[in-house]
Amino acid sequence: MKLRQLALASALVAGGACVMVSSSAFAESTEQFIPVLSYRTGPYAPNGVPWANGFVDYLKLANARGGINGVKLSFEECETGYATDRSVECYERLKGKNGGASFVQPLSTGATFALTEKAPIDNIPVVTVGYGRSESADGSVFKWNFPVAGTYWVAADAIVQAIAKKAGGFDKLKGKKIALVYHDSPFGKEPIPLLQARAAMHGFELLLLPVTAPGVEQKSTWLQVRQSRPDNVILWGWGVMNSTAIKEAQATGYARDKMYGVWWAGAEPDVKDVAEGAKGYNAVALQHGAEPQSKLVKDVLATLHAKGQGTGPKEEVGQVLYMRGAMSAMLGVEGIRAAQERFGKGKHMTGTQIRWGLENLNLTQPKLDALGFAGVMRPISTSCTDHMGASWARIQTWDGSAWKFTSDWLQADQQIIKPLVKSTAAKYAAEKKLTPRAGTDCQS
Amino acid sequence: MFYRENGQFKTSYRADQQILPIAQDRVALYLLLAFAFLAVPLLASNYAFRAILIPFLIFSLAAIGVNILVGYCGQISLGSGAFMAVGAYAAYNFFVRIDGLPLIVALILGGTCSMLFGILFGLPSLRVKGLYLAVATLAAQFFSDWMFLRIQWFTNNSPSGSVSVSNLQVFGLSLESPLAKYLFCLTLLAVIALLAKNLVRGAVGREWMAIRDMDVAAAVIGIRPMFAKLSAFAVSSFIIGVAGALWGFIYLGAWEPAAFSVDQSFKLLFMVIIGGMGSIMGSFFGAAFIVLLPIFLSQFLPALASVFGVEISTAGVSHAELMVFGGLIVWFLIVEPHGLAKLWAVAKQKLRLWPFPH
Repeated sequence: MKLRQLALASALVAGGACVMVSSSAFAESTEQFIPVLSYRTGPYAPNGVPWANGFVDYLKLANARGGINGVKLSFEECETGYATDRSVECYERLKGKNGGASFVQPLSTGATFALTEKAPIDNIPVVTVGYGRSESADGSVFKWNFPVAGTYWVAADAIVQAIAKKAGGFDKLKGKKIALVYHDSPFGKEPIPLLQARAAMHGFELLLLPVTAPGVEQKSTWLQVRQSRPDNVILWGWGVMNSTAIKEAQATGYARDKMYGVWWAGAEPDVKDVAEGAKGYNAVALQHGAEPQSKLVKDVLATLHAKGQGTGPKEEVGQVLYMRGAMSAMLGVEGIRAAQERFGKGKHMTGTQIRWGLENLNLTQPKLDALGFAGVMRPISTSCTDHMGASWARIQTWDGSAWKFTSDWLQADQQIIKPLVKSTAAKYAAEKKLTPRAGTDCQS
Repeated sequence: MFYRENGQFKTSYRADQQILPIAQDRVALYLLLAFAFLAVPLLASNYAFRAILIPFLIFSLAAIGVNILVGYCGQISLGSGAFMAVGAYAAYNFFVRIDGLPLIVALILGGTCSMLFGILFGLPSLRVKGLYLAVATLAAQFFSDWMFLRIQWFTNNSPSGSVSVSNLQVFGLSLESPLAKYLFCLTLLAVIALLAKNLVRGAVGREWMAIRDMDVAAAVIGIRPMFAKLSAFAVSSFIIGVAGALWGFIYLGAWEPAAFSVDQSFKLLFMVIIGGMGSIMGSFFGAAFIVLLPIFLSQFLPALASVFGVEISTAGVSHAELMVFGGLIVWFLIVEPHGLAKLWAVAKQKLRLWPFPH
């Protein structure tokens, strides 16, 4: 009896496998395929969901606008749960589908590290808009990585500048104490080298306070904050960690307006549970914040959500992380467009060609206006050596119900970031025995 | 009809004591090995190698290690993830700090470090048993999490704490292609599984099992509990350490401590429980169940739904996957509490009588 059940079950499974094979058999290489690695479950889901909605909506919108010179985009989502091994599995599953992946967005620092080793072998560019490894801005070493429009070092530098501005200049930072409360993972550790460099320059003391992932337990950390009374707290948190941190700050009586979050800690899901309690809390915004008034959002609402084709709730369109997802998709899509302009309009582009396109992005103001990104972000142009393109940021503040910009545009200090990027990238190249690309390689 | 040992007479002790005394079993094993080494490389796609077969092989190896400790020696351990982490980071440190160190030597040294770590955290097993030991080994897990997050030296002072390896070679052959990686893992697995099988059949294995079944009785008949328990910890954590190093080096390529979190320990323990405690074969079944089923479900469920014209969201698939997976675990444990290996044994038993069961 038992055996028969088992045989029945295995027959069912085998039948399922057949269905699976047949369903993946059709492949259209005229479409440009984009794998979407996202996490809609797990402790980071509150932040992962709006990002994924924005990303997917932008791809749908690009198709509704006629594709890239007529080439339609196809995409498939794969749930990673923010686990590195699941991300690698998703990447392996999707990289060869429908004529090959155009580019991949790992959406996790851990997965970025893993894919940095794999993607160059498969000729797939790794696009990490605002996250990933900061030293990969150096295109001469990291040929396939594109941290377009800012990295964690840019974000950290902008925060230090904002703190200095409030204190009345960099010379006032001397002798101050700044605490970094960070998610104990590669993501959270990214800003440390930059903050240490800044601390040495200006003579402030940097306290490093790690929080064990996922960050629901922070009592001991905030006890330390209470004991050492830092002048400012930089919050490098994520998902449930952010709202927990703000609640703890409220409980310990730490002034929220002295807190600065990274852009992953500066979106609606992070503060809306605390609402009034988070009033005055600041976060850095790489380029954009919440942009419900932008033309892009109106386009998405009119073309997709009005017809019931949108992704996720309509009210969240235009929120911070939604915009981040949309912008990430836009930069990748524009990379494909740039590649088409060189290698043939209306054709299917390979990963190698798209890599060239991403390296030669030139998004001018008129182009951004046409895409609906007017006011959302500043013009960006990447090059062979600079895969980041721009290092502009602003500070936004939660007023109890919405995020509002409270600073002018800040530019990360290239005097500090450039040498740091160079030396860290050189260390990576030495470890991997890579020779940095020569100038002649730039046209390939 | 075909599967029976009638007429196979053993004329020497050697013949009687071999691993597979029945000729049909031997033929089946050779066929299986031939299939794995020769046919799979021709049939499987790159995706199958990289995302399915390599993780399956590595987790099978780790499950064999855990099975020796939990299944054969009866020492419940929740520190398997830590042993994997120690193996991976130790192998990494040997690999990057000693120029030109062969990969296999690095893996063995990684396994050796993991072995020492395992013996150290096996010491409580001399005093505490059962669930208390599980808690004590959990300490190993948290200790390793802490160690690799905080001590910069272990991660070669990388600013983010993530380490990576590339350009792997074995005897001058590059390990870049998925096929080469697969064959490398398969060879290691075959060799270690054979060694493990022989260990558990021998005197040491019997000591382990005696300790598992009743440690007081075992001590009375002259088995040294300290030696038996610590040797089980040593062998088990060596194998798990090698598996951890493979997981980092071959599968992930770059990893952070979170890759070897407590989840990994639970996963390995489940593999052993579902696969069958005290069975090398069961380790393979358990690994297959835990590694392959989620991947299969995440691809099969959308396909199944589309047959009925329903489209489920990515989150929906992920939730359904967890529910089905959990349900299947419970179902298997109710239907066959001794694990998949027991089902396998029952199937063999029935096959002997087929087609004329009494």
